[in-house]
Amino acid sequence: MKVLTFDDVLLEFSGVTALNGVSFTVEAGELFAVIGPNGAGKTSIFNVLSGVYRPQRGSVRFGDQELLGLRPHAIARLGIARTFQNIELFSNLTVLDNLMLGRHHHHPYGVLAALGWLGKARRNEFANRRAVEEIVDFLELAQWRRMPVGLLPYGVQKRVELGRALASEPKLLLLDEPVAGMNLEETEDMARFILDIRDELGLPMVMVEHDMGLVMDLADRIMVVDFGRPIRTGKPQEVAADPDVVRAYLGEEHRIVERA
Amino acid sequence: MRGRPLLYLSYGQDMALLNTPAKRWWTLGLVLVAVLLPFMLEDDLLVVLATAFVASIGAIGLNLVTGYAGQVSLGHAFFLAIGAYTAAALSGDPDSTRLIGFGITSLPIWLLAAGLVAGLAGLIVAPLAARLRGLYLAIVTLGLVFIGEHLFKHWRDLTGGVGVGRPAAVPELFGLQFAVDGAIFTKAQKLYLLMFVLLVIFGVLARNLVRSRIGRALAAVRDRDLAAEVIGVDVTRYKMIAFAVSSFYAGVAGALLYVMIGFVEPGSFNLAMSVQYIAMILVGGVATISGSIMGAVFITLLPRVTRELPAVLPFISSSSTAGGITIFQVETILYGLLIIGFLIFEPRGLFGIWVRIRTYWKSWPFSH
Repeated sequence: MKVLTFDDVLLEFSGVTALNGVSFTVEAGELFAVIGPNGAGKTSIFNVLSGVYRPQRGSVRFGDQELLGLRPHAIARLGIARTFQNIELFSNLTVLDNLMLGRHHHHPYGVLAALGWLGKARRNEFANRRAVEEIVDFLELAQWRRMPVGLLPYGVQKRVELGRALASEPKLLLLDEPVAGMNLEETEDMARFILDIRDELGLPMVMVEHDMGLVMDLADRIMVVDFGRPIRTGKPQEVAADPDVVRAYLGEEHRIVERA
Repeated sequence: MRGRPLLYLSYGQDMALLNTPAKRWWTLGLVLVAVLLPFMLEDDLLVVLATAFVASIGAIGLNLVTGYAGQVSLGHAFFLAIGAYTAAALSGDPDSTRLIGFGITSLPIWLLAAGLVAGLAGLIVAPLAARLRGLYLAIVTLGLVFIGEHLFKHWRDLTGGVGVGRPAAVPELFGLQFAVDGAIFTKAQKLYLLMFVLLVIFGVLARNLVRSRIGRALAAVRDRDLAAEVIGVDVTRYKMIAFAVSSFYAGVAGALLYVMIGFVEPGSFNLAMSVQYIAMILVGGVATISGSIMGAVFITLLPRVTRELPAVLPFISSSSTAGGITIFQVETILYGLLIIGFLIFEPRGLFGIWVRIRTYWKSWPFSH
């Protein structure tokens, strides 16, 4: 079953073509990775998916729902959550508040209910808090719960951002460079969490990442893009062996060496 | 849970407004003092304090839109004016040939109406905030003040015109008149208690709002509007909510402020008034409710304190004819110095100072 169908998308910014004819599908429970050199259009794919950019041509369907033309918050409400390459947390708020914001459209209530903090508002806050505590346990964030996220180490902030995306109980998760700038230990932690998400929650994911070791180890399928065009889509071994990919991404002389 | 006051057994305990014994004792103490004050202070001081309570409601309103939602508004005076005139017109004399009046003197009705009309005006202005941000929004809201000044100067049926003005709303609750001396309480005592109760009500409502999903969404819009939108917060909608609620508070404060003075002068809703409210939240503490109250009380009490200065410092005079520097000049200078001082030394305002004192005594006698 196809969760996401990205079909022949063209995205241009006054003469610069960011995406040109990019097509791919994501199956249920699949971890789909997008790789490519800097400026190849990977993050543009994510920005089209979450409604930040509007492409000139093509179609993006989430299940049966067309996403193009929807505003970002409407897309989030359909069940697509994402993390960002450069952390986009609300740095003055605590870890708890950031996670609670991830659940913004779960158990909603209006302004008047909020002013009174009685009945519905109170009940719904507690329900969301319970769900958030599950995420806190899952990502082992308990010790930082009440800290403003701006004060936390980089690796933990990345984890909080993943938590905020998970808190929204998404049906599709977009990870934009989840281990960028992390040390080996933090990378391994994050890899473990990504595997846990796939195994325990069965959540389909699209991941953009430069750490080839991580991509080769985790991804079910990989799409390679260069200059906004898809070069090759396939299983990690197939992609790694493709001469076009090696030329575009790693240069003429290199071969991908898989980690043992 | 004797001896373990910070052990929470339910989310209800953890997420309560007064979730520590210290907060509960402080609140109880402050409320007791506030209720006892009318029996200990002179009437003129009570009037100043009651005015400060009303200003606090207005400052809370400004803090909601500027402190929490991050939308700088210089148009607060405009919304205060709308509230003041809505209330004054509703409770005005219906037989007057000079002014619009409907004779509805019941306080809950004109207060709610003042808030709602101002809130509606805020809602109309809000789409501007969806398009503009930062300095540009500040300038556009500044425009509101000038439009308002012009409108109120020339709409004589409503405002009475410059230099004439009109009587403020009549505060009457269940047949009880607040603005006249009674058998048991004086006018000042009654108004003080009324304004205190209203401040507590509006303060608690605002505190509830900012700890709810609405308040979190406002903070998200302030900190990173793009990320807020991508995680599912409708940024335009929340900017509108911020403006509407903030203007509601301004309307309520405007209506009550002139009950204290008894008279509405159309020239008073100027830029200086907006700046005064900005000063309150800067001095008190941005994005805190208790800070708004501290700032409003501080700024409102300031002129009262400077008025005592000539008795202590002979080179300051109370009138402009006597030579030397006058208390009005001292007041303006202090005002400027305070804003500069707070912005440089304690941007979190009085609330920040309070937090520092609190953390010091928490670990006392150890320094960390």
